[in-house]
Amino acid sequence: MLVLGIDTSCDETAAAVVRDGCLAVSNVVSSQVPLHRRFGGVVPEIACRAHAENISRVIARALDDAGTPASGLDGVAVTNRPGLIGALLVGVSAGKAMALGNDLPLVGVNHVEAHIFASALSGKDPVLPAVALVVSGGHTTLFLVKGVGELAELGRTIDDAAGEAFDKASAMLGLGYPGGPAIEEAGRDGNPAAVPFKRPYLAPDSLDFSFSGLKTALLYHSRGQSKRGRRGDLLPGVSVPDAAASFQETVVDVLVRKTFLAVRQTGVPRVILGGGVAANTRLREKMIAQATRRGVSLTIPDKPLCTDNAAMVAAVGCRLLAGGVRDPLSLDAHSRMTG
Amino acid sequence: MSTLQADRVSIETGSTEETIRVGARLGEALRGGEFLALTGDLGAGKTHFVKGVAAGLDIDPKSVTSPTFLLIHNLDGRLPLVHMDAYRLKSGEELAEAGAADLQDGESVLVLEWAGNVPDFVPSDAL
Repeated sequence: MLVLGIDTSCDETAAAVVRDGCLAVSNVVSSQVPLHRRFGGVVPEIACRAHAENISRVIARALDDAGTPASGLDGVAVTNRPGLIGALLVGVSAGKAMALGNDLPLVGVNHVEAHIFASALSGKDPVLPAVALVVSGGHTTLFLVKGVGELAELGRTIDDAAGEAFDKASAMLGLGYPGGPAIEEAGRDGNPAAVPFKRPYLAPDSLDFSFSGLKTALLYHSRGQSKRGRRGDLLPGVSVPDAAASFQETVVDVLVRKTFLAVRQTGVPRVILGGGVAANTRLREKMIAQATRRGVSLTIPDKPLCTDNAAMVAAVGCRLLAGGVRDPLSLDAHSRMTG
Repeated sequence: MSTLQADRVSIETGSTEETIRVGARLGEALRGGEFLALTGDLGAGKTHFVKGVAAGLDIDPKSVTSPTFLLIHNLDGRLPLVHMDAYRLKSGEELAEAGAADLQDGESVLVLEWAGNVPDFVPSDAL
C-alpha cells in the first residue's frame, strides 16, 4: 500500500510517500525555521502564508522523489489535529484536493499519534501495548497505547511543555531558536550538576509534568530576582554552559523518572519515545540506560524522524486505511487533540 | 467588584499559591465579557494567575496550561474562558487571524498573556 502523507501542523510544510506503513520512499520537509529564527519562535501568520506557498511544491517533490504519479497512490493521510488551525487547514485542503482529484481514500491523522509511530519507519515497528512519551514544543504527554487510534492519556504537563521550556530557557540564556538544540550545544562542555535545580516531580505517584517553576529557577539563577536585574545582562559569574547543562539534566531526569513510573504503574514493559525533544542526545542516553537496567524494551525513532515530518503521518494513515477507516471530504481541522 | 473602584489596585504576592488565590478571587467576581490583559516577564506567574481565574470560574486549574504553542485554549466553566498567549506574536492581527477575534462574544472571559506584545489587540476597557 502506497500512502501520501501531508503535515502542516506547525513549523514545517511536509509531504512523504510511505510503502506499507514502514518504508519512507520519499520524505520532504520544507523547514521554515530560518524564517522564524528572527522572531525567536513560530509566528503563525507567517507559518500559514509559508505553508500555502510551499504545499504544492512539497507534494510534487514527494511524488517525484518516490517515482510515482498521484494515480499510483492507494490513499492520502493528512494531519488534521492538533495544531494551529490556519496552518492545519492548508494541509487538510491539499489532502482533500489530492484525494478528490485522484479518486483516493482520505484519512485524518492525529499529529501526536504520528510521533508515537514514527519509529515504525526506522525498521522498529512498536510492539503494543506500550507506554509512550511524546515530548515536543507543544506537548509533554504520557500515553498507554493499545493500538492505532487507541491512546489513553496517563499524564501530561500542567503548565509548559518540555520543548517550550527549552525554548524559553534558551532565550533567558541569550541562546538561539529552536531552544532544544541550542541548550544541548551550549551545555556540551558544561557540568550538569553545577546548578542543583530542584526536580519538579509533583506528587510521588503523579504522571503529570511541570516545568514552569524550573523556568523561574533558571531565571533567578541567571538574572537574579530583582526586576531591574531581570531585564539586563546575565549575573556576573553565571556560566552559560553549566546553566544549560544543568537545566537540560533536570528536564531529562524528570522525563525519564515519570516514564518509568508509568511503566511500573501500568505493568507494561515497553516504552516508545517520540516528538522533537526525543532527538535530544542526553534524553536518549538516559532513556536507554534506564530501559537496559530495568529490562524494558525501548523504541526511539532515528533523530531525523523525531521532528515534524509527513512520513510518520503516512505511517499512521496506512494503518488506519488498512483497518478500513475512511474520512469524508468534509474532514475538519481541530486545534486540540480530542474532537 | 466594589473593592476595585479605584483606577489602580496593586497586590504583591509572595508565592505561587497566593498568586492563584488572587486570581481565584478575581475569577469569582467575573460576569462574562471581561478582557484581562496580563504582562510580566518569563516566570512572573501569569499562567498561575490564570489557573486561579479558572478556579473562580469553576474550571479545573490543572487544565490550564501555557498556550504559548497553540496561542488559544478554550475552556468551559461557569463562563467560557478563552486563554490566549502573545509570547510569539508581534501584532494583534496575528492573534485575530488565529481565530481570537471570533471569540469576543460578550459572554466569554478573555485572558491574554504577554499583552504588551500586541497592544493593538487589547481593548481600552481591559483589566
